[in-house]
Amino acid sequence: MGRVIARDLRLAFRAGGGFGLGLAFYLILTVLVPFGVGPAGAELARIAPGILWVGALLACLLSLDRLFALDREDGALDLLATAPVPLEGVALGKAVAHWLTTGLPLSLAAPGLGVLLNLPWPGHLWLGLSLLLGTPALSLIGAFGAALTVGLKRGGLLLSLLVLPLYVPTLIFGADVARRGAEGMALGAPLALLAAVSAGCLALLPFAAAGALRINLR
Amino acid sequence: MNAPPLVLDGVAVARGGVPVLEGVTVRADPGTALILRGPNGAGKTTLLRTIAGLQAPIAGEIAPGPDQVAYGAHADGMKGGLTVAENLAFWAGIHGTGGIGEALDAFGLARLSERAAQHLSAGQARRLGLARLLLTGRPVWLLDEPTVSLDAEGVGLFGQVVRAHLGRGGIAAIATHVDLGIAGVPLDLAGFRARSVPAEGALAWDV
Amino acid sequence: MSIWSYANPAKFMATTRRLTPALGALAALCLVVGLVWGFFFTPDDYRQGATVKIIYLHVPSALMAINGWLMMLVASLVWLVRRHHVSALAARAAAPVGITMTLIALVTGAVWGQPMWGTWWAWDPRLTSFLILFLFYLGYIALWEAIEDPDTAADLTSVLCLVGSVFALLSRYAVNFWNQGLHQGASLSLDAEENVADVFYFPLLVSMAGFVLLFVALVLMRTRTEIRARRLHALRLRERMA
Repeated sequence: MGRVIARDLRLAFRAGGGFGLGLAFYLILTVLVPFGVGPAGAELARIAPGILWVGALLACLLSLDRLFALDREDGALDLLATAPVPLEGVALGKAVAHWLTTGLPLSLAAPGLGVLLNLPWPGHLWLGLSLLLGTPALSLIGAFGAALTVGLKRGGLLLSLLVLPLYVPTLIFGADVARRGAEGMALGAPLALLAAVSAGCLALLPFAAAGALRINLR
Repeated sequence: MNAPPLVLDGVAVARGGVPVLEGVTVRADPGTALILRGPNGAGKTTLLRTIAGLQAPIAGEIAPGPDQVAYGAHADGMKGGLTVAENLAFWAGIHGTGGIGEALDAFGLARLSERAAQHLSAGQARRLGLARLLLTGRPVWLLDEPTVSLDAEGVGLFGQVVRAHLGRGGIAAIATHVDLGIAGVPLDLAGFRARSVPAEGALAWDV
Repeated sequence: MSIWSYANPAKFMATTRRLTPALGALAALCLVVGLVWGFFFTPDDYRQGATVKIIYLHVPSALMAINGWLMMLVASLVWLVRRHHVSALAARAAAPVGITMTLIALVTGAVWGQPMWGTWWAWDPRLTSFLILFLFYLGYIALWEAIEDPDTAADLTSVLCLVGSVFALLSRYAVNFWNQGLHQGASLSLDAEENVADVFYFPLLVSMAGFVLLFVALVLMRTRTEIRARRLHALRLRERMA
């Protein structure tokens, strides 16, 4: 599993676009929002946590369709399936690599982008924390969706259709943490639920993803 | 290397739900090569994928299991963004083996080891894909048209590597149209063309 | 005789040949009785007026929207565990019926909500849950359509249905949590069942029975079509062999 992570990270670094693309998309999305809703600071501050969460979610989606598709095309997935490593580990490794190249940088960038949307101060911290806690679930759910659609020629659009409804609980709890953090409210409950969603995804989805991969490799 | 023989007993395989081969029965002892022949579409690749465990046979028994088998396909899983040495190091790590230096030398890739795989010529890339087989440490090699895009020197090197593998008691099943200078048991798949009704029909869809 | 014998396509087709139209006729009867009784022979609600009568469409369709997904879940599990093809095809057949029921529930809900709440749409937990259910159905159907090999499609959609069910349930609770988080206690509540009087209740029961029968009849009909489609697929393969 570690080797899969290391290889995918190295490939992402070499290819250049790996990190940058998702981040650039996130930045542009954040910049566009005030043009859509107007420059009033109070208005922006109110919607900032939600916008920044939805933006991170969409940025996560960008690179998902290549998660297994590249390995499928060049045969690496076939070879990994016959290698003495569990496919569950491979699926988890790919999801972790995806998180390290998208979820983690997005989480770190989000507090900075919060400044653009006039997010009140303690909100930055909670936004970053909620994304750190929630984006692993997004990557794991995405890996499951990518595994389902890996055999399809144009699976990208279908992937979004499958994955976005699965993102609902994570988005609700994550954005709620960020919103409550910005408004200075108690946020223990959504924080715990968000962590629970991520932990549950971590425990279950690598198996579902590996199962879907096995079906697709037949 | 102390390998069990490769035994196919009454194997039937399907491609896209359509049976292509049935009743394939053959045995290759350690140290021998199995040369698969047959026109395009005869089912060479499908049979090799089935032996590799990538798809289940629709009938028959295959021994040994997939954990003894290394599959060398055209899609060889090499990443263009990684160097030759990094690619091999990844697969050596996955299989828990070593010997990257020997594998590079065997295919004359040593001076290219720091080059990114995407900058290799087609023939060099093919050699890299074949070098991976040495790192699997598995006794049974399945080779699907291994010499495509190899030059004369490459074919020669490949022949040497396979002969050395057989000399160590390994087994190779090779689907090829060219003479590799490897003595082996020929297996003409034209004789095993599937004639029975598709598996689908057996499911009582006649309603 | 074991229930699994109906998993044989031939046996299934023979049994449902007569059963399907009979169930369809019974569904039509129940729907006509239930809806006519409900629409024309019940008094107007003292608070909601005549608009309350949409309940005879809204509640049964919402019921079948959820039960349709549950049926798909059970059929998917049967397929994954016992590999009965009819089960996988029944799950496939149920999806379009289920999504239509969901759509009816959503539209009648909007039509009802307009005079009652003064808005076509509110992000009430129940409405939102049904919208999410609609999206789940959509993804499930899209995955079936996208995959060519029927067995692979059956496997992958079953896995999606299983995982989707967990997430659908999770979404239901998340949505409850989320709306409370927004409104501090829902101001719009739609608990019709709790304050329904007997005079509304009996026609509602009849039309619910009608919707259940309609659902079963439609799913059987569609399953029969799917089985015929599979037979066509098998015949084509056989032709390619020859």
